[in-house]
Amino acid sequence: MTEIFGIPTQALFGQLLIGLINGSFYALLSLGLAVIFGLLNIINFTHGAQYMMGAFVAWFLLNKTGMGYWWALVVAPIAVGIIGVIIERTMLKQLYKLDHLYGLLLTFGLALIIQGLFRNEYGSSGLPYSIPSQLTGGQNLGFMFLPNYRAWVIVFSLVVCFSTWFVIEKTKLGAYLRAATENPELVRAFGINVPRMITLTYGFGVGLAALAGVMAAPIYSVNPLMGENLIIVVFAVVVIGGMGSIMGSIVTGFGLGIIEGLTKVFYPEASATVIFIVMAIVLAIRPAGLFGTQK
Amino acid sequence: MSAVLPAVKASEVGAQRIAFGVMVAFFLLGPALGMYPVFLMKVMCFALFAAAFNLLIGFVGLLSFGHAMFLGTAGYVCAHAAKVWGLTPELAIVAGAAAAGLLGLITGLLAIRRQGIYFAMITLALAQMIFFFCLQAPFTGGEDGIQAVPRGKLFGILDLSNVWNMYGTVLLIFIAGFLLIYRTVHSPFGQVLKAIRENEPRATSLGYNTNRYKLMAFVLSATLSGVAGATNALVFQLAALNSVHWSMSGEVVLMNLVGGLGTIFGPVMGAFVVLAMENYLATLGFWVTIVQGAIFVLCVLAFRRGIIGELGRLIRKPL
Repeated sequence: MTEIFGIPTQALFGQLLIGLINGSFYALLSLGLAVIFGLLNIINFTHGAQYMMGAFVAWFLLNKTGMGYWWALVVAPIAVGIIGVIIERTMLKQLYKLDHLYGLLLTFGLALIIQGLFRNEYGSSGLPYSIPSQLTGGQNLGFMFLPNYRAWVIVFSLVVCFSTWFVIEKTKLGAYLRAATENPELVRAFGINVPRMITLTYGFGVGLAALAGVMAAPIYSVNPLMGENLIIVVFAVVVIGGMGSIMGSIVTGFGLGIIEGLTKVFYPEASATVIFIVMAIVLAIRPAGLFGTQK
Repeated sequence: MSAVLPAVKASEVGAQRIAFGVMVAFFLLGPALGMYPVFLMKVMCFALFAAAFNLLIGFVGLLSFGHAMFLGTAGYVCAHAAKVWGLTPELAIVAGAAAAGLLGLITGLLAIRRQGIYFAMITLALAQMIFFFCLQAPFTGGEDGIQAVPRGKLFGILDLSNVWNMYGTVLLIFIAGFLLIYRTVHSPFGQVLKAIRENEPRATSLGYNTNRYKLMAFVLSATLSGVAGATNALVFQLAALNSVHWSMSGEVVLMNLVGGLGTIFGPVMGAFVVLAMENYLATLGFWVTIVQGAIFVLCVLAFRRGIIGELGRLIRKPL
């Protein structure tokens, strides 16, 4: 068996792949957080719960209506996004004039409610969700075995991330969005319905979380607690990348996933904490984050 | 550098003195009124924890979402010191508080580099790191925690395995901590903290090194949280993972929100209400979490002053 740095290549590339998979989810989730933060100035603590809800919607669709993975990929983000829109219209909207910390506290409370309700109903053990038949099996690349579904997750999340980047940075809609982030009053004066844009942005960010949840369902089991610890890691990712740039979220998400994967190979004891350690180092050297600008 | 204290109206001091008297009387007479002493000791530990937390959110405007790391770390160190090193309880508590203060210095240096929401996220992430450390470190006992911690003899004389001796000790620690926080808030140092909360650039332009003040407040808050955590570990003779978990950090936020952010007595009231509710709902499984979440939402949307804040508004005196 071939080895690199005394580590079998199989193990190295296997962990690298897991790192890329985790990185896909970090990127999708931190991207959603960044988009929401840009316009609403709140940190959406419910993001982890909404990711979990996405996975549960996929499970419901399969087990109650027989609609498979591909339908779930479309329906779950819309369904959870609509719930997000309702949350924004009824609750978050009332907090924009207050200290931004209240938004954090409200969404934290909502996350507790949602996760508690799902835990009451489904316990803490996971529900299985199988890989869609088109994506079972895998490719033998010679140096490692690549399951098709995992390859799909990486490619698809890259596509989603870069589409989001393209829409925000290169289209007219994105220009409105960026303008509203800079100066909402002025953009309203130009006759653009900023409150509606805010609502839809929240719905979109939440939808991204749900999409990540559907993609995660076949890899991790569908579990009420699946988003609970993940969201804290994603917060660290956001602090490392800085929320100023969309591309920053994507690069940081994938990068940290890979760093985490490599840590599992070389020093497994630290794999749960490595992202937080990176955060501490980044804060010490560049407090605004790798891609951020301090106001 | 001189700070001019604003004139505090005598009637305001009077109202706070009365409230303080009511609070002390409550904890003195509580057991006689049929409340479990262990429950009241827990309330006092968490009231001190919540008051230490309030020092940051209420008077410096910093929302820490990772305060469980100080509570939990101090609990582990205190339990280890009492059980393995065989230290007397007062030294074990000092060891726990010192560990929390040191941790506060390190995490504070990192966290105060950012403000607002970032501060909350950074403290949360650092606390999660401590959680994983406690999960893996050999001396914490992993999932089991450190059990059967001896309460020992205070100063080698007073046997704390007697519940009333323990009760009196906890009451004294709580009152001392509470008065220290009260004194801090009303000192020139506290006035500078409030100035930073209201307008940090202006405080800087007046010549105050705001980061140093923020760090001092953070370390003080961490140390007092440590005192609370260490005492709590002695009361329950247990240091366990749930005290370092992020949900504990959320709980202390909830206590302050319910009682009233930035009030003197709010954290105590909040600790009592939240713990009483948990006790009451303990048999209902995850409903505790759901009810806690619902209270969060309600408080943020409709009850932002909290119980003591509303009470203070009613009598038009800050409590």
